[in-house]
Amino acid sequence: MSEGPAGSRRRVAVLAGIAVACALLVFLVIALLMSIFERKQEARNPYVRLVEVNEETTDPAPWSVNWAREYDDYRRTAEQTRTRFGGSEALPAEKAKADPWLTRMFAGYAFALDYRDRRGHAYMLQDQEQTKRVTERPQPGSCLQCHSSVMPTYRRLGGGDVFRGFEALGKLSYGEAHAEVVKTGSSNPVAGGPTQRFQHADGAHPVSCVDCHDPRSMELRVTRPGFIRGIQALAAGQAPTPHLESIERWRRGNRAAPYDPNEDASRQEMRSFVCGQCHVEYYCGPKVTLFYPWNNGLKVEQIEEYYDQYKFPDGHVFYDWTHAETGANVLKAQHPEFETWSQGIHARSGVACTDCHMPYKREGAMKVSDHWVRSPLLNVSRACQVCHPYSEEEIRGRADAIQARTRALMDRAAAALIDLLDASAAAKKAGATEPQLDAVRALQRKAQWRLDFVAAENSMGFHAPQETARVLAEAIDYARQGQLAARAPALVPVAAHK
Amino acid sequence: MFQPGKFALVLAVLVGALTGAGAYTFHYGEGLSYFSTDPRACRNCHVMNDQYASWAHGPHHAVARCVDCHLPHAFVSKYLAKADNGYRHSKGFTFMDFHDPIMITPRNARTLQENCLRCHGELVHDIVRGSTTREDAVRCVHCHRGVGHGARP
Repeated sequence: MSEGPAGSRRRVAVLAGIAVACALLVFLVIALLMSIFERKQEARNPYVRLVEVNEETTDPAPWSVNWAREYDDYRRTAEQTRTRFGGSEALPAEKAKADPWLTRMFAGYAFALDYRDRRGHAYMLQDQEQTKRVTERPQPGSCLQCHSSVMPTYRRLGGGDVFRGFEALGKLSYGEAHAEVVKTGSSNPVAGGPTQRFQHADGAHPVSCVDCHDPRSMELRVTRPGFIRGIQALAAGQAPTPHLESIERWRRGNRAAPYDPNEDASRQEMRSFVCGQCHVEYYCGPKVTLFYPWNNGLKVEQIEEYYDQYKFPDGHVFYDWTHAETGANVLKAQHPEFETWSQGIHARSGVACTDCHMPYKREGAMKVSDHWVRSPLLNVSRACQVCHPYSEEEIRGRADAIQARTRALMDRAAAALIDLLDASAAAKKAGATEPQLDAVRALQRKAQWRLDFVAAENSMGFHAPQETARVLAEAIDYARQGQLAARAPALVPVAAHK
Repeated sequence: MFQPGKFALVLAVLVGALTGAGAYTFHYGEGLSYFSTDPRACRNCHVMNDQYASWAHGPHHAVARCVDCHLPHAFVSKYLAKADNGYRHSKGFTFMDFHDPIMITPRNARTLQENCLRCHGELVHDIVRGSTTREDAVRCVHCHRGVGHGARP
């Protein structure tokens, strides 16, 4: 060849350049290949069962070995979050400090001692152990139905029968029941050993994997005896349940067996029922075992009607406590999220609790339900935009408008109730008769029940805006009727109130 | 030092390796399926599983497949749209940097609207006249969201 050393060097450089370019391209192509491979594997195996877990594994940590993605999210319920109308700071502020009317509404009841904002699931047991309502007042063991992973304790105390164990634990004091749950502990797979071997570990856990998931199939299931009895009573009753098609279907059938949510409900309904096990109105004891008052339906006045007709075993009418200022036998609403959701447009459209509070997200080729259970306002894109294709700002604005309106109406209802309490005290001082005061007390019970039904509910009206406004309007009306009755006891016809 | 023959040989080996790795990746990634009209190709990466499943139960599945609504029908613009979407989807899925939930782009929304009218245009002519190409135009799917996919049971 006639080329000199310069031409040869150039040729080497060109060749080296091509080699580097080819290497780079092959590198990228293989990287892409591996990425596709990984995605395909993800789609094939949503999880790998590395250790066994069973019905007794109340400790979520062993489950995390198999379901790391879900567990990672679940642990984040310990994080502090805040929305305009709810928060979860370390031991959140006293709600009663921001709203002094709460303390007067709850006069004579444990909620007047200590009433704070909610925190995430991770704190449900710890916060209950520490609240003054439990440390300074006797409370029944029933509280642990929802605040702890309690099913193995029910089985142990009931000799295998969950409902017997449920009754037994409910009869214990909170302290005794808590000790039983700690004693039951968790059955955990032996670390490092064969995965079929289990060992006992003491300790109580807040709600964990086994409370909603069948440990064999991961299928959703409901476990809480209070919920199962409640939903059976609802099904056996007359109230229409257009948002729960499986109940309507069961009613049309031969009703040979009671309605069984684990058998009869659709998967989509189960995605609300698992939450409805605890986010409900209930009577927690101590006079009778914990029950959910759903026999007449889920609306505020249907629940009230059931309570009004209910007689305790000692023959006394139903009430939660006697109001310290007025002597009225009043009701305490718990946190009727399931009941309120049931009256809203989302429930009617087939949207489950989990669709917004545990929305699906993508991790690679996998679709994972976000187990960081939290306000949808903190997760607008996944929670809302799946159905509402508008900007996050627009969606947040709509939710905020609903909540701000509810809050304003609630403040008016609270002012009306305080006026009723003042008028009631003045009437007593002026020498009103007991029958006259009883009429005022009956109206106080109605007004307070409705106001509390909204105040204790954790959505500031969003779960059912129009229904919530209706309930508050009734609260204001009853409170003002009561105020009028107290001001002019002789002039107001007592029987006219309904 | 270097003979032209050797040079060509090394070059051939390098380019051959690249082509081979590329071809296998293309095959493993089911690259050919993207030239088809088979709806299953659209859920190769599983991101569209829900859309596919609800389409299969929806009213349009007997008369329209993914491409009938989501791609232009003229040859050149169809393949341009395939290239555009293919690039965006592969980039998004590889680097996991797409908006979740996935939302239609303005250009694809226009294509979709045109395809609604391809079949139903005569029926709705008086309603949508002249309004289909504007950014804030009323789209058929604004109200008829569940016709293609996404309807709840």
